[in-house]
Amino acid sequence: MDAICAERETKPIVPPGKEGFDPNSDGGDDSPLYAARTKVYPQSVTGTFRRIKWAVLVVTLGIYYLLPFVRWNRGPNAPDQAVLIDFPGRRFYFFFIEIWPQEVYFFTGLLIVAAMALFLMNAIAGRVWCGYLCPQTVWTDLFLAIERLVEGDRRVRMLADAGPWTFGRAARAAAKHFLWLMVAWWTGGAWVLYFADAPTLVRDLATGHAPLVAYLWIGILTFTTYALAGHMREQVCTYMCPWPRIQAALTDEHALNVTYRHDRGEPRSSIKKSEQLRQQGLPAGDCIDCLQCVHVCPTGIDIRNGSQLECIQCGLCIDACDNVMAKIGRPARLIAYDSDVNIKRRMAGQAPLTQLMRARTILYASIIAIVGSLMLYVLLTRHDFSVAVIHDRNPLFVRLTDGAIRNGYTLRVLNKRLEPRRFALAVDGIAGSVVEIAGLPLGSANIIEVGPDQTREFRVLVSEYTFALPASAPVTFHLTDIDSGERASAADNFRAPQGD
Amino acid sequence: MARQQGNDIDAITGTETTGHVWDGIRELNTPLPRWWLWLFYITIVWSIAYWIVYPAWPLVSSYTVGYFNWHSRQAVVEDLAALKAGRAAMTDRVAQTPLDGILADPALLDFARAHGRAAFADNCAPCHGAGGGGVKGYPNLNDDDWLWGGKLEDIVQTIRHGIRAADDDTRQGVMPAFGRDKIMERGDIAVVADYVRSLARLPVPANTDLAKGQKLFAENCASCHGDEGKGNRELGAPNLTDQIWLYGSSRDTIIEGLMNGRGAVMPAWGQRLDDTTIKALTVYVHTLGGGEK
Ligand code: SF4
Ligand code: SF4
Repeated sequence: MDAICAERETKPIVPPGKEGFDPNSDGGDDSPLYAARTKVYPQSVTGTFRRIKWAVLVVTLGIYYLLPFVRWNRGPNAPDQAVLIDFPGRRFYFFFIEIWPQEVYFFTGLLIVAAMALFLMNAIAGRVWCGYLCPQTVWTDLFLAIERLVEGDRRVRMLADAGPWTFGRAARAAAKHFLWLMVAWWTGGAWVLYFADAPTLVRDLATGHAPLVAYLWIGILTFTTYALAGHMREQVCTYMCPWPRIQAALTDEHALNVTYRHDRGEPRSSIKKSEQLRQQGLPAGDCIDCLQCVHVCPTGIDIRNGSQLECIQCGLCIDACDNVMAKIGRPARLIAYDSDVNIKRRMAGQAPLTQLMRARTILYASIIAIVGSLMLYVLLTRHDFSVAVIHDRNPLFVRLTDGAIRNGYTLRVLNKRLEPRRFALAVDGIAGSVVEIAGLPLGSANIIEVGPDQTREFRVLVSEYTFALPASAPVTFHLTDIDSGERASAADNFRAPQGD
Repeated sequence: MARQQGNDIDAITGTETTGHVWDGIRELNTPLPRWWLWLFYITIVWSIAYWIVYPAWPLVSSYTVGYFNWHSRQAVVEDLAALKAGRAAMTDRVAQTPLDGILADPALLDFARAHGRAAFADNCAPCHGAGGGGVKGYPNLNDDDWLWGGKLEDIVQTIRHGIRAADDDTRQGVMPAFGRDKIMERGDIAVVADYVRSLARLPVPANTDLAKGQKLFAENCASCHGDEGKGNRELGAPNLTDQIWLYGSSRDTIIEGLMNGRGAVMPAWGQRLDDTTIKALTVYVHTLGGGEK
């Protein structure tokens, strides 16, 4: 452990919430039971990464709030909502895709692709997910924007918080919490719209006729959004989320990370002093210790201490620092997306090296490609009807009055189309057998009908009149769509008594 | 940063250590975040509130009932009522539709078979076996041989009123104990048994006097089983010429039946189950494979 630590050239890192910790306290049992959170007042900032973050926020939240209202015509027998998780009907609709419960492996595949995409992003450019895409980040950003709008920027809020409670301050706080709750409430509201017909549910919610569970979920999500985005903020990432821990184990020295280029910034000194130093021809770093990068940081850390668990790599400190460098006429990107390798190379006077093709990026990308194409293949070639067969467990076979042997099977037929379909049943494998479907008249053409988007079970009886049968002989059930001629089959065995 | 007294401060994290050392590794004493502590206290308060409103503490012969007076049994009763209400649309239709109408309607047929399958497992499977496969003395309901008839109306009558049960409309008919009650001689019984086996084309000893057997059969058995031994469903007398034997087809088993008689009982389920369930059971049994039109 000590060996690793010795390599670190940075100052001891004090995690947020520990700044007030007194190293000279008695320790032991008298040490505090908890650490109070040190409130973070992130300052507003402008720049490239801030613009990217705004754009991502508008797009992702736009999709989240509006998607339930997008319509998609599936004909009369299915809902016309583009994205719908239909629990009572046990279907998932996504535009032209309809997933049945037994096709849940699509979700497995999707989760694998999502995990690998996360790993790939991380291998290339660090915590892109955390900095730009994670709901925790996006909603916190939105809540921060509201806070700034109502209560003012960092300095104003800090002053107000340090001062007494005035009427104005209370009114602003009330307005802020009201707006927060409104956003949180809409967030919960949009969530439930994915589980029922959105326009109908909106009307039912407004008139108080929606099911209780809808109100309950809106309540739960209102609370979690308000608590996590308004109050918990960076603590979610620091204490609750597993990803920073996993991320740290997955990264390597080639991954881009938001990095303070200490090779360029140190020794830091005030703007006047650094000018003096430069005039004297002495080394002076570009960092003027203005603390702008610290003030804009939504997690309240100092990136100059090196990469840290708390840093969500949002890039806002890059924007802040770039603005400062522009003012003092030094080159931009003192803080930048950079890799450990390149810092070392620059210090050694070598040209930076971008190495996208690494074992891990190739591995992640190929897993994504393989799983993705597999899913696509299965999706495109899947049958829109299928049949499964279960042999009766008890009795395995039945002897009829004339001595024939009969086996009973349950056929389960799925029709995934949105119109009713008729299938002809044929049984293969046993010559001269008689096939009946319970509930259909004997001698009827053995044609069965399955309603739109439905599963139906049929009891099929196969009777065998030629004797001398093996204990078990394979039989195959073929279903043919009468209109399209499509076929599906299922195999089982025909059982017969031996001896006797 | 090492200090004289108290615990050490870890130079890297700035965090105090507990003073415990394992293999040279020191344990950090990381304080909990305050919100975490609050959540912990809230869970304690929550559990106390829980004790007050829900059943919680065991007492000597009872338990604390709780302010809400909640009972798991009551919860089950409510769940069942909700389930019944949810199914009411279908159960009402089953109740109002005649049996052959249920068979003709795919939706009703599917529902009745599912309902019947569950009711069969609960009530009938102990004797007839899961799936109605039957065992010795308890008929197989999958085959096409029926003691009392395999039409829908026969099956529903049998289920509702039972066989030799305590019910005014129950099915009656007894195989007498020819040997025990001294109606037939022992030797004659063996001859009849062989004759009966010959009816079903089962092998009999070469020296059997089948003519005598036929005469004895006509005198003693034909009144119920018919002159040709084809049985009589009015009396539940089985067809003796087919391949299906309720108690078995061996000579000994047949002799045993002739000696001691037969007369198994099936309960009258009309006294225990509601009419919808009985109709569902009828449809289920009928569609097991042997149902007659
Ligand atoms: S640390 Fe977790 S919660 Fe925070 S931004 Fe990253 S993924 Fe989201
Ligand atoms: S240190 Fe910079 S990149 Fe990291 S969270 Fe703070 S502002 Fe964002």
